[in-house]
Amino acid sequence: MTSGVFNLVLKRLAIAVVTLLIVLFAVFFATSMLPGDTASILLGQAATPEAVAGLREAMHLNDPAILRFLRWLLGLLHGDLGTSYANEMPVAALIGGRFINTMELAGITTLLSVPLALTLGITSAMLRGSLYDRTVTVLSIGVISVPEFMVATLAVLLFAVYLKWLPALSSVNEAHSLTDLARIYAMPVITLTFVISAQMIRMTRAAVLETLSTPYVEMALLKGASRSRMVLKHALPNALGPIVNAVALSLSYLVGGVIIVETIFNYPGIAKLMVDAVATRDLPLIQSCATIFCLGYLLLITVADIIAIMSNPRLR
Amino acid sequence: MARAAASRRSFLGHSYNLVGVVASLVIVAWTLIAIFAPSITPHSIGDIVEDDYFGPMRQGLWLGSDYLGRDMLSRVLMGARYTVGISLAAVVIACFSGVVLGMIAAVTGGWFDSCLSRFLDAMNSIPSKLFGLVVVAAVGSSIPALIMTLAVIYIPGAYRFARALAVNINTMDFMTVARVRGESTFYLIGSEILPNIIRPVLADFGLRFVFIVLLLSGLSFLGLGLQPPLADWGALVRENIGGLPFAAPAVIVPSLAIASLTISVNLLIDNLPQKIRDRDA
Repeated sequence: MTSGVFNLVLKRLAIAVVTLLIVLFAVFFATSMLPGDTASILLGQAATPEAVAGLREAMHLNDPAILRFLRWLLGLLHGDLGTSYANEMPVAALIGGRFINTMELAGITTLLSVPLALTLGITSAMLRGSLYDRTVTVLSIGVISVPEFMVATLAVLLFAVYLKWLPALSSVNEAHSLTDLARIYAMPVITLTFVISAQMIRMTRAAVLETLSTPYVEMALLKGASRSRMVLKHALPNALGPIVNAVALSLSYLVGGVIIVETIFNYPGIAKLMVDAVATRDLPLIQSCATIFCLGYLLLITVADIIAIMSNPRLR
Repeated sequence: MARAAASRRSFLGHSYNLVGVVASLVIVAWTLIAIFAPSITPHSIGDIVEDDYFGPMRQGLWLGSDYLGRDMLSRVLMGARYTVGISLAAVVIACFSGVVLGMIAAVTGGWFDSCLSRFLDAMNSIPSKLFGLVVVAAVGSSIPALIMTLAVIYIPGAYRFARALAVNINTMDFMTVARVRGESTFYLIGSEILPNIIRPVLADFGLRFVFIVLLLSGLSFLGLGLQPPLADWGALVRENIGGLPFAAPAVIVPSLAIASLTISVNLLIDNLPQKIRDRDA
């Protein structure tokens, strides 16, 4: 690897850090705009003004916003996520187990959707204009154009109501055997896979089609290479950067999908925790969950960009 | 797409195909319903007209009844008003601000451009649904707050799109000539750049409208969008989700309404004449 690539990667990482800081500030700023005084909300209506003032002092609420932001940031670096307002438990303890649940859901979905989407995307680009290609395209446009909860309700209608294969709601605690576990994960994973794959198929197909229209692929065709050789040996290696990029970008849609899917299937993950926290206006919890999601999202986007940089033969 | 099979017809100098025409008819129909909803609903949206909840479709109650026995058809028609109205207001604000800022950034350049681009790119890297949750937690979910939230979330995207287009126009000779004439920034963006990018910007407007409808429905579905007694399509799905095990029309119809609107807009944009859709038209 030459120093040019190294510098580009370094620059990309620096941009990621700056972006993260801006995003964290935006999250902090938005949540501290909440109408109403946190101290008086915590103490309830019967609190004396002295008690409210005392609590404000103790919680450093009188400090300027930028100072509170820096203190919060420092806490994050030490792994101190603060205390939940709603039930006075440390946020880290509330998030812990649920974080693993969400990662499991995301992990299984990724394992399923990436091979599925790549196969469908690449083959439909190879068979451009055929009935197969048109079916895949129409279906993926359809899934992209409807809200995630509609995909979820249709999946419930199909698999739980008409076919009666799967339970409609999941509860990880009730799992006793492997088949139980599979049945619980099935509905959320199916829904998420649909949502994520549709994006990925569209982007993969576009990336392969773009490479297929380049002069060197036409050259390969003219010198007599077979269709599959032309795609697999000539086009695919060059489309790898854009494809990996498409995969990472589509996986970042997991963040939005997971919020809906966890709510509709009552899945005990962090997205459900965050939606509940927004309903009860539990600031430290919202801030921490939002931070985790943004971190994951930025990580995926940055990895995608770095892979794109490294896989570009002109930079190697 | 099915473009090859669709018949083409000519209208106003452009040729449209069948898919595009059907899609625009659906959009026009929903718009008319959104405008005239109060005078065409067969029942009042709050009236309980049937003893049976999640009732089936029957004569006089064309789309069945909801979880309280209210007329579903009336509620879906009124829901169109909120979904289309709020989304349209939000997308107008988002695209207007984004496009104006993008053109100014492209024309001025320098530190103004760099700072704004960096900041809005950072905003763009917050997932929209997450952004929505955080802002709704902060400012609540009244109709004006929702419109502003949705608009703010989609300004960075509109900005990025318009700036990319405007930067290309900015390098043209007629821009240099206009600059040498000593025209003001507002003349430059209004009379030189905007007419050259307006068509792709309008296509982008449609796409962004779809994103906003989906986000608004998603938020309402989570119970963080429009609050009862008002109900848009997402909220209608949420309040009737209990009917899902019985496959009640009350759950399915609002979802279909959202899908018909968003798919139509997407298809319309896909089937616009190449001349309008392309960036370098």
